[in-house]
Amino acid sequence: MSDALNELGQHLEARRSGCVIAWDVTHGELNVDVAPSSIAAFVEFLKTDQTCKFSSLVDITAVDYPARPKRFDVVYHFLSMYQNHRIRLRVSIREDEMVPSITSVHSSANWFEREVFDMFGILFSGHPDLRRILTDYGFRGYPLRKDFPTTGYTEVRYDEEKKRVVYEPVSLVQEYRQFDFMSPWEGAQYVLPGDEKQEAK
Amino acid sequence: MMDGSKFDDGSIDAVSGEQSIRNFNINFGPQHPAAHGVLRLVLELDGEIVERCDPHIGLLHRGTEKLMESRTYLQNLPYFDRLDYVAPMNQEHAWCLVIEKLTGVEVPRRASLIRVLYSEIGRILSHLLNVTTQAMDVGALTPPLWGFEEREKLMIFYERACGARLHAAYFRPGGVHQDLSADLIDDIDAWCDSFPGVLDDIDGLLTENRIFKQRNADIGVVTEEEILDWGFSGVMVRGSGLAWDLRRAQPYECYNEFEFQIPVGKNGDCYDRYLVRMAEMRESLKIMKQAIEKLRAPEGQGEILARGKITPPKRSEMKTSMEALIHHFKLYTEGFHVPEGEVYCAVEAPKGEFGVYLVADGSNKPYRAKLRAPGFLHLQAMDHVARGHQLADVAAIIGTMDVVFGEIDR
Repeated sequence: MSDALNELGQHLEARRSGCVIAWDVTHGELNVDVAPSSIAAFVEFLKTDQTCKFSSLVDITAVDYPARPKRFDVVYHFLSMYQNHRIRLRVSIREDEMVPSITSVHSSANWFEREVFDMFGILFSGHPDLRRILTDYGFRGYPLRKDFPTTGYTEVRYDEEKKRVVYEPVSLVQEYRQFDFMSPWEGAQYVLPGDEKQEAK
Repeated sequence: MMDGSKFDDGSIDAVSGEQSIRNFNINFGPQHPAAHGVLRLVLELDGEIVERCDPHIGLLHRGTEKLMESRTYLQNLPYFDRLDYVAPMNQEHAWCLVIEKLTGVEVPRRASLIRVLYSEIGRILSHLLNVTTQAMDVGALTPPLWGFEEREKLMIFYERACGARLHAAYFRPGGVHQDLSADLIDDIDAWCDSFPGVLDDIDGLLTENRIFKQRNADIGVVTEEEILDWGFSGVMVRGSGLAWDLRRAQPYECYNEFEFQIPVGKNGDCYDRYLVRMAEMRESLKIMKQAIEKLRAPEGQGEILARGKITPPKRSEMKTSMEALIHHFKLYTEGFHVPEGEVYCAVEAPKGEFGVYLVADGSNKPYRAKLRAPGFLHLQAMDHVARGHQLADVAAIIGTMDVVFGEIDR
């Protein structure tokens, strides 16, 4: 399986050297890093090329790395039902960058791109209908970014007097519990209790 | 005058803008019983013909993917039961596979067989619910009553294996939680013998039923091109004649040693998808029978958890060994660490390809986990498939698309 994927990787690099930044096969899966500007053309190539035939889009998602200058990785998964193989494309972008939409190549990208926009705030240029999809009507913020708190900012309840559901800033009776179970022997990020005296000497 | 064009005195109505024909927008759901959960469809109708269909989803959004980032790998497992809640264990399976792939853990044979057995039970659970409630959507009341009786029995098998009827948390990274007792296997075996009779009964009610056929045949036809364009999987693909099944095409667990057929449809309409589901239940029964036989064979005995860092030590060891006790404590507080990397694993869930994309950073929590639900793509194509159909067909199409909002909204 890995040999076939290696061959496919070489094929892609040879045919589309302008688009492919890097590629590797890890855990028996083919990963290809693609430049943002060429993603739509590259996906089109993957769909039509006879050795690839990546005819169906499996998934589009993103990963947030706040520490990196190119903050987001947009990740595409494709499957070929004819050749029976899979591929993963990664596109790294900065926070203010836009990604070309691939809805013209795969209609199924529509909701996936809406979801990535909803969850990460990444804009897709050329998308026909870039609305929020999973979150509430009138929701603000991008929940799957690492700097968005798990508790969110608002909570809702039914107000008996106003006879409708009202939004309020979230108030927690107890602090949201983020337990630190990491073993202090395996690289704790903080000064261990008792070690502060070490510093004073 | 009878035609309303003139009155007795010869005067006529002034034609106003309101009298001209306009399209009608209606809300289908979120409280509609045929919406199979909390689906809100905004339909634009021309008479009774659907012109446009805009599904509004997210009413059951619980932020599973966000929650998973702040919990350990083991704590995340029960979230998978709550995705597609009509076949919980199939989802857990994908999560276990993705962890096992990154950590390189080998699952013992008995655990693997038990997983296959319970995945197929899950498939029957899901198909039974879908086939019978879809029949209810198009006007039959008896099938769900008969089907749910069998589901009840299957849920009892769930309960006897893990203690819960729905939210099982039974598949664990490295195997399954507990071993099956011999009499439970006997009971499942006996059920496998009795179930074909029930299937025949449901078959007799629906397959040649004139109303059922009129409501389903030639409705929601899906072609090969549409399958690829909209990223369909599972029964939506097989109903149109493509023999695509991940259990056969990209075998996981030990599916490659089982004998089963992949039923396919011919026309790709709602009726064919119904037939495929019925046939798949019979194939699942075959797999279950084989799994039971293998579980009883001498090679099928032994451990049900791969012993190592990611699984708890034996209870008996904990009584005598300090290390085992520490291991147990650390496993259930800190959890196990998964090496850095990113992988995607998919299983053939009853509804199609259910996949998990995991990005691990080497800690005890997933850095990012994306759940790929088949229903998300199927529902997305609703506008495309339902356009030009009658309003009443919308219910039939939603039914055979097999959407469950636990997995679509996540």
